[in-house]
Amino acid sequence: MKKVLMGNHAASWAVKLARVQMIAAYPITPQTQIVEELSEMCGSGELKAKFLKVESEHSAMASCIAASTTGVRAFTATSANGLALMHELLHWASGARLPLVMVNVNRAMAPGWNIWADQGDSLSQRDTGWMQLYVEDNQEVLDTVLQAYTIAEKTLLPVMVCYDAFFLSHTYEPVEIPDQKTVDAWLPAHKREHILDPKNPRAFNALVMPDVYLEMRYKLEQAHEYGKTLVKEVGASFKETFGRSYSSIETIMCEDADIVLITSSSTTSPARLVLNKLRKKGMKVGLMKIRLFRPFPSEDVREALSGKQKAVVIDRNMSFGKGGIFADEIRGAISNDRKAPLVYGYVAGLGGRDITPDLVEEIVVEAYQSEEPKSLAVWKGLKP
Amino acid sequence: MNERFKEELLMQGHLACQGCGATVVMRHCLNALGSNTIVVIPACCWTIIAGQFPYSALKAPILHTAFETSGAAASGIRAALDVQGKTDTQVLAFAGDGGTFDIGLQSLSGAAERNEDIIYVCYDNEAYMNTGIQRSSATPEMAWTTTTPETHPKIGPKKNMMQILAAHKSPYCATANVAWPQDLTEKVKKAASIKGTKFLHVLSPCPPGWKISSEKSIEVARLATHANIFPIYEIFNGERYHINVHPKKVSVSDYLKAQGRFKHLSDEEIAHIQQRADYEWKILLQREMTDSYHMNMPV
Repeated sequence: MKKVLMGNHAASWAVKLARVQMIAAYPITPQTQIVEELSEMCGSGELKAKFLKVESEHSAMASCIAASTTGVRAFTATSANGLALMHELLHWASGARLPLVMVNVNRAMAPGWNIWADQGDSLSQRDTGWMQLYVEDNQEVLDTVLQAYTIAEKTLLPVMVCYDAFFLSHTYEPVEIPDQKTVDAWLPAHKREHILDPKNPRAFNALVMPDVYLEMRYKLEQAHEYGKTLVKEVGASFKETFGRSYSSIETIMCEDADIVLITSSSTTSPARLVLNKLRKKGMKVGLMKIRLFRPFPSEDVREALSGKQKAVVIDRNMSFGKGGIFADEIRGAISNDRKAPLVYGYVAGLGGRDITPDLVEEIVVEAYQSEEPKSLAVWKGLKP
Repeated sequence: MNERFKEELLMQGHLACQGCGATVVMRHCLNALGSNTIVVIPACCWTIIAGQFPYSALKAPILHTAFETSGAAASGIRAALDVQGKTDTQVLAFAGDGGTFDIGLQSLSGAAERNEDIIYVCYDNEAYMNTGIQRSSATPEMAWTTTTPETHPKIGPKKNMMQILAAHKSPYCATANVAWPQDLTEKVKKAASIKGTKFLHVLSPCPPGWKISSEKSIEVARLATHANIFPIYEIFNGERYHINVHPKKVSVSDYLKAQGRFKHLSDEEIAHIQQRADYEWKILLQREMTDSYHMNMPV
């Protein structure tokens, strides 16, 4: 069935198809429509889930953690300040090895109050132990939320699905909605051994001494390593069943490219247009979309960039005092490759400023023509 | 006392201090509820008392959760149990006064306002005892703690949590005291029979924090009620009050002087505390005599 859906409702549909059993959420723009739609679905009975209308995002995450510890499939969604408020519990969810799925609609952090697209909210949670996927269009929103449950339940890691405010959240696009039977077969009910159960009482998240904490964290890291290959496996399996293909990164026309443009989320769409235009002009440009941010697909990125002259990264985010975060991660990923390209980091579009095809083209041409990067992070589109 | 319980659910080998009131509270609450109970414990003394991984002192499942999340975590478990049809399993949130009066107040208020079907027990030892005796908003007026030294003792009266829960119109709120274990047990059983958010506020002495000898724990707790410092009563639907223990009316001085944390108090300060205790007791008596809104509703 094909429907014209806003990105937020594509997420709600995926949650329904995944037969989520417990939802806890608190309203924040631009996420709110996800949970509004889910309230309707729970109210009408088409989704048999308990919906807790909690008094904060912190409590939303705490309730989801508790519910997930009993073995049910749980979901929440948030943005910006709501995600920041959850910070303590993001560590809790990954440390407790819970297969939670959360949608974060990327929104700028206050102050000043700004509800528009900016990846700074979720990227500043990169060290909390969650897996993070950044998606480009509404179909990918629906498909990735479904994949996120499979990935979470196999790795026992919480997964965050991130997409840009308004460019996706409020924009309507045709979305193919798979039928419930096919989804049920592909994503069967989740069962795991260690749950809160009075018949088999266990203590969860108890006091641990230095003699075991290190090993617990090592296992968390091993789960992330497994996640790198699993994202690709799940993407391939998804293609077999649903016909649409996903991986950790997507490369377009990179084989013969001298210069590779690297984007994530909705910035990838104008980059696709620019790529075709510049290729027609004879420039050997390729495009890499990074979909998986945690675990970072370092090996895939290194392999795709090895031997290239230049990598040009556009970041709609900023690690203050350092630079764009994707650029920084890419520099880290390729640092031990002797054939690694120069990395040009560009910061643009913070707080919802448009990253237009013209701006993308300007960035690529500037990097193409310059001998070496002017700095670790060049800000583009600044008003004089 | 053991024969009243079907099963003893608190095991030997827990890590509590001698004379710890919180351990007595847990034992009676859990034994009264029985083993079909899931226990939520935020950061508090009971984080330690329950034992370190991979051991547990309880024969009931425990979810250790972040300091401020007891209300939310208990709600999440309730929702998850209900959606699985496990409606007969009790959810017991078991938090200290810091996790209830201070950092956890928001999530408790959220749970109470939604009237989640949970039992929330606050074992109140009147300060952050686990971190080494710092004041909380449950610390009594003028008491010594490490953050309210004798040079500037705690200012203002103890926060009235029962009134806060009553303002949520919670179906059942009660105070209890480790010195009256049978009363506590009966209240827990009553709470289990009522649907919605049940709140039990239990006075729970801490010998090192109150600067009392560990064998005096129950004796001092009993004095708190007899001196009208900690009355024992119930509130139904936030409106109908019922006093369960009628105090012997000992002076507050007898209670205060039994504890090192009040040893710096002057006679004037003790008189001030006596005045406030008398006033609060009168208010409680008046409330007990006032008919509730529910009583006046046509049947």
